[in-house]
Amino acid sequence: MDIFLQQLINGLVLGSIYALVALGYTMVYGILELINFAHGEITMIGAMVSLAVINLLIGSSLDLPGVMIVFMGVLTAIPACMALGFLIERVAYRPLRHAPRLAPLITAIGVSIVLQNVAMLIWGRQYISFPAIIPIQRYEILGATISNLQIFIFIFSGLLMAGLVALVHKTRFGRAMRATAQSPQSASLMGVNVNNIIAITFILGSALAAIAGVMVGAYYGLAHYYMGFLLGLKAFCAAVLGGIGNIAGAMLGGLLLGVIESLGAGYIGDLTGGFLGSHYQDVFAFLVLIIVLVFRPSGLLGERVVERA
Amino acid sequence: MLLEAKNLVVTYGGVHAVKGIDFNIAQGELVCLIGANGAGKTTTLKALCGLVPVAQGSIHYHQQIITHRPTHEIVQRGMVLVPEGRGIFSRLSVAENLAMGAYTRHDTATIRHETDHIYSLFPRLHERRQQKAGTLSGGEQQMLALGRAMLAKPKLLLLDEPSMGLAPLMVSKIFEIIQHIAQQGMTILLVEQNAKLALEISHRGYVMESGLITLHDTARNLSTNPQVRHAYLGE
Ligand SMILES: Nc1ncnc2c1ncn2[C@@H]1O[C@H](COP(=O)(O)OP(=O)(O)O)[C@@H](O)[C@H]1O
Ligand SMILES: [Mg+2]
Repeated sequence: MDIFLQQLINGLVLGSIYALVALGYTMVYGILELINFAHGEITMIGAMVSLAVINLLIGSSLDLPGVMIVFMGVLTAIPACMALGFLIERVAYRPLRHAPRLAPLITAIGVSIVLQNVAMLIWGRQYISFPAIIPIQRYEILGATISNLQIFIFIFSGLLMAGLVALVHKTRFGRAMRATAQSPQSASLMGVNVNNIIAITFILGSALAAIAGVMVGAYYGLAHYYMGFLLGLKAFCAAVLGGIGNIAGAMLGGLLLGVIESLGAGYIGDLTGGFLGSHYQDVFAFLVLIIVLVFRPSGLLGERVVERA
Repeated sequence: MLLEAKNLVVTYGGVHAVKGIDFNIAQGELVCLIGANGAGKTTTLKALCGLVPVAQGSIHYHQQIITHRPTHEIVQRGMVLVPEGRGIFSRLSVAENLAMGAYTRHDTATIRHETDHIYSLFPRLHERRQQKAGTLSGGEQQMLALGRAMLAKPKLLLLDEPSMGLAPLMVSKIFEIIQHIAQQGMTILLVEQNAKLALEISHRGYVMESGLITLHDTARNLSTNPQVRHAYLGE
């Protein structure tokens, strides 16, 4: 088996999930300069809600096909997370819009802890396994294997990201969003309802997070009330790596982080003579972040255009 | 009256920037508001647009009170501000900036037609339409800001120091354009430190000092008023 190719495939799949989550961080930061630390928890809620629906449907007498059941789970998780994202912005962040920067940051951490605890109360502390109701098929390519789930995650994330890019760059709403990100006051002088743009930004990011949450749950076959923490942290790293506030940067950062992490995990044993095992893979995300930020403090694509006053 | 401000008071924390002023603008008028730096001119315009909260008094526009309405709603009703510093979206292209001007409108065909008209007025903008607006010179940015405001189809256009930071040649060009727009029937409130130029093209003028309106007359009378000549026309 070709380790390099295999880890590259795994990394791209993982990275496309990171990218989906990173987009939520970067879009909100782009407009509010706020790091929505609760965003990772939204992915967790997405996984949990879909899992609840999937288990409910499996247990029911409806006898639906597996694909249909998963589909229903995702379709419930998306609006649930959208509503949650909307609510968080409305209740926790909007009242602090003009407060010192530290206030919404601490609130974000607070919201994140609240969501973890609510999830723990509802779904318990134990790992919940994602039922494998769609049979996993594996395909051989050039000595590496790739599963139908991996192919699906990669392609579907790609489509979602392409859709988002089109939305942001080709539509009236997207233009208003970019204008608001540059200057909310100037945007409002164009007749843009800035509060609506901000709300929709949270809702969009949360929808992507919901999908990412289901993907992570299905990919690892597990869900847990704490799963959003590390995922959120890594996605945040991906966003910073690409240049926070920059949409293309979040995608690049996500994919890059996934690949680096997978390759690192694949080779760390060899590199350290077996001293460190692949469970050290989480270290790579943060190591890469630190190294990149030392050389490019604004991230890979986070360079500002030259502006003349 | 198209616009009427009554006893308008605006404060920043404890600082009274506007201390109870009254003014009005009739349909089709070009009215200027002149005064030294820090007099409260920008604050007055911001209050009209809902960018700063009004502490006391009221703003009547089209026979409706708009005093505490949000900015986007006031803009949708046709009051459009070209702010101090122009408020260009520097990372958006010139064309996208113009499109933002027409944000509240949905008559695509007319917008396209009017955009072409703006480009014919400002050929420089047409040449640079795909360029990021941040790369334009100060004068070009002011043209873009004016063109963008025109695309909003304003019923009342508020201009905050359009001559600021521009070379003399550019200043006279911008003022020509403002006069041209006014002659087409646009109602304009022009805020300027360059009192001479402002009084030349305006119908009426208000003089503002430390948050209060101290003089109000026709532009012709103001420009012959000894007090104004001494304080603002450098004589
Ligand atoms: N954001 C602000 N916070 C506090 N004070 C302000 C603010 N903006 C303006 N001021 C003060 O209000 C007064 C009027 O300012 P401004 O309206 O900008 O005057 P002008 O446009 O006539 O130069 C000045 O004393 C200024 O220092
Ligand atoms: Mg001013």
